[in-house]
Amino acid sequence: MSTSMEASTPAAHQGFADATMIDHESDLLQISLGPHHPSTHGVFRMDVVLDGERVVKLKPVFGYLHRNHEKIAESTTYLASIPYTDRLDYMCSLSNNWAYALSVEKLAGLQVPERAEYIRVIAAELTRLQNHASTIGFLMQEMGASGTPLMYAFREREKILDLFEALTGSRMMCNYMRFGGCRVDLPAGWLDQARKTVDEYPRFLDEFESLLASNEILLARTQGVGVLPPKLAIQGGVTGPILRASGVNYDIRKVDRYGIYERFDFKVPLGEHGDVYDRYMIRMLEMRESLKILDQALHQITPGPIIDPKAKIRGFRPKPGEAYGRIESPKGELGFYLISDGTPNPYRYRVRPPSLINLTVLEDMCLGSSLADTVVIFGTIDIVLGEVDR
Amino acid sequence: MLGEGIAKGLIETARNFLGSYVNKDRLTTVQYPEQRLPQAEATRDFPFLVYDGEDWQAGLRCVGCQICEKECPPKCIFIEKSTDKKPDAVGKPQFYPAVFNIDISVCMSCQICVEVCPFDAIKMDTAFELSTVDRFGGLLWDKARLAKPNQHYHHVHPTEAAEVDGRLAEERAKADAKAKAAAEAKTSAPPPAAPPAAPPANSGVSSTS
Repeated sequence: MSTSMEASTPAAHQGFADATMIDHESDLLQISLGPHHPSTHGVFRMDVVLDGERVVKLKPVFGYLHRNHEKIAESTTYLASIPYTDRLDYMCSLSNNWAYALSVEKLAGLQVPERAEYIRVIAAELTRLQNHASTIGFLMQEMGASGTPLMYAFREREKILDLFEALTGSRMMCNYMRFGGCRVDLPAGWLDQARKTVDEYPRFLDEFESLLASNEILLARTQGVGVLPPKLAIQGGVTGPILRASGVNYDIRKVDRYGIYERFDFKVPLGEHGDVYDRYMIRMLEMRESLKILDQALHQITPGPIIDPKAKIRGFRPKPGEAYGRIESPKGELGFYLISDGTPNPYRYRVRPPSLINLTVLEDMCLGSSLADTVVIFGTIDIVLGEVDR
Repeated sequence: MLGEGIAKGLIETARNFLGSYVNKDRLTTVQYPEQRLPQAEATRDFPFLVYDGEDWQAGLRCVGCQICEKECPPKCIFIEKSTDKKPDAVGKPQFYPAVFNIDISVCMSCQICVEVCPFDAIKMDTAFELSTVDRFGGLLWDKARLAKPNQHYHHVHPTEAAEVDGRLAEERAKADAKAKAAAEAKTSAPPPAAPPAAPPANSGVSSTS
């Protein structure tokens, strides 16, 4: 049995037999949280060293869900990778489709028609709504509010998934965006159904806020817990709601203005303290801003073509070159870097997954807090293991 | 006052619970095997092969071109192209798939095969209760199991099927007009040496006119 912390950490990777051990001299306890733990959002393991109840060292261990996504994409055609991008962050398949389509459009120089741009914005913002709803639902579940908040969130998410099913044919693995536009046009009556869902959504947000926002237990467990200083967030390359909860004004929808986001009037909510409570509230506020964008987009959309006539389904070969397309996915900056050598397959295909890079600051946020808070802090990062491991 | 926020939350929960007795909208759970939601028209799960007419073997639109096999992302389609030609639904000799298998346990319902098919021969079905006790034979579907009539396609995706039928009819009319023009040009020119319609099951890859 090892005596120092440094010596005990590598031993944790040798096998499950060494996963839990007690160090009698320094009273440090090393435990392995996961990979099959209800709070780890998939197959993810944390090697935690505890001093009493306080975390003194935390090491994320992942790779259990590695599927060789990038290498598979390099050995198949550009088109055949779209269904695989659905499976990166399986909560937000439409956002993933968009990021990949955006980088291929940059590579091949395709122009997206206006109606398709509107459909993309609508799809991406609906995705953001359902992702944030389930994220805060799971977060409450991890804090011990078992059932009720999660069920309320899933009730709303269900309505959005119904919209996805009517539009794309699938609830989660949408496979909808194509290079230069979208696969099919909106079905009849879809816009009305979407407007109805968007109009009813604030009721859920109000309900959720009165359910929990002033709950004393929630405030005690979230305020001042897991603080992420803005400087560390920037150094760690953190993006998305976590970065904005720390008070850094960085939203790719505003910075990059991809698609037609400059047409919409919306604000970027910013946090002040960078603690768990801010990260929870930022998602509630972002949902309200998404509703504003959706309301404008659903009323501005006009009929027209949905795909660039130059886009080819069979025999698609972009000219040699490289491109990086990025979007503000619900979890942060999702980017695809592609190099084409003129063949039907990409020469290099690289994903910049927000979940993985946001995970790098987990240890800094958790040091000094209790093990129960570690689970909550981890929940606010909002990772999906399909994207972390690829 | 301490506990005010908790009480407020409990009132919200009680409102939802009691509201479920008066308002049907608050009862969101569908009791699945007994109750069923209508499926959206765009719903897709596994592919099937469309055939025209009555006889599935003669009417298959698939000509075994193997484009879907190449494009399929998880590579769940297996096709063996025939070496001979058979007349299709309109009597034109065509290659056909001697073997056409889809491994349903591998298929990820992405619809790429439908999009790349130039002959509108493969489409997505909506049947979803497909569990079986035979995990090898029961999940590897051959062309007899995959073949479904065009009427079935109209039944599951009415709008899309009408559009496809319109496009196919247009293409056929165009081809007929072209053939007619060619035949007229031939009859007005020297003696009509053109052979009659090709015999069915003509072996090899001989051209027909």
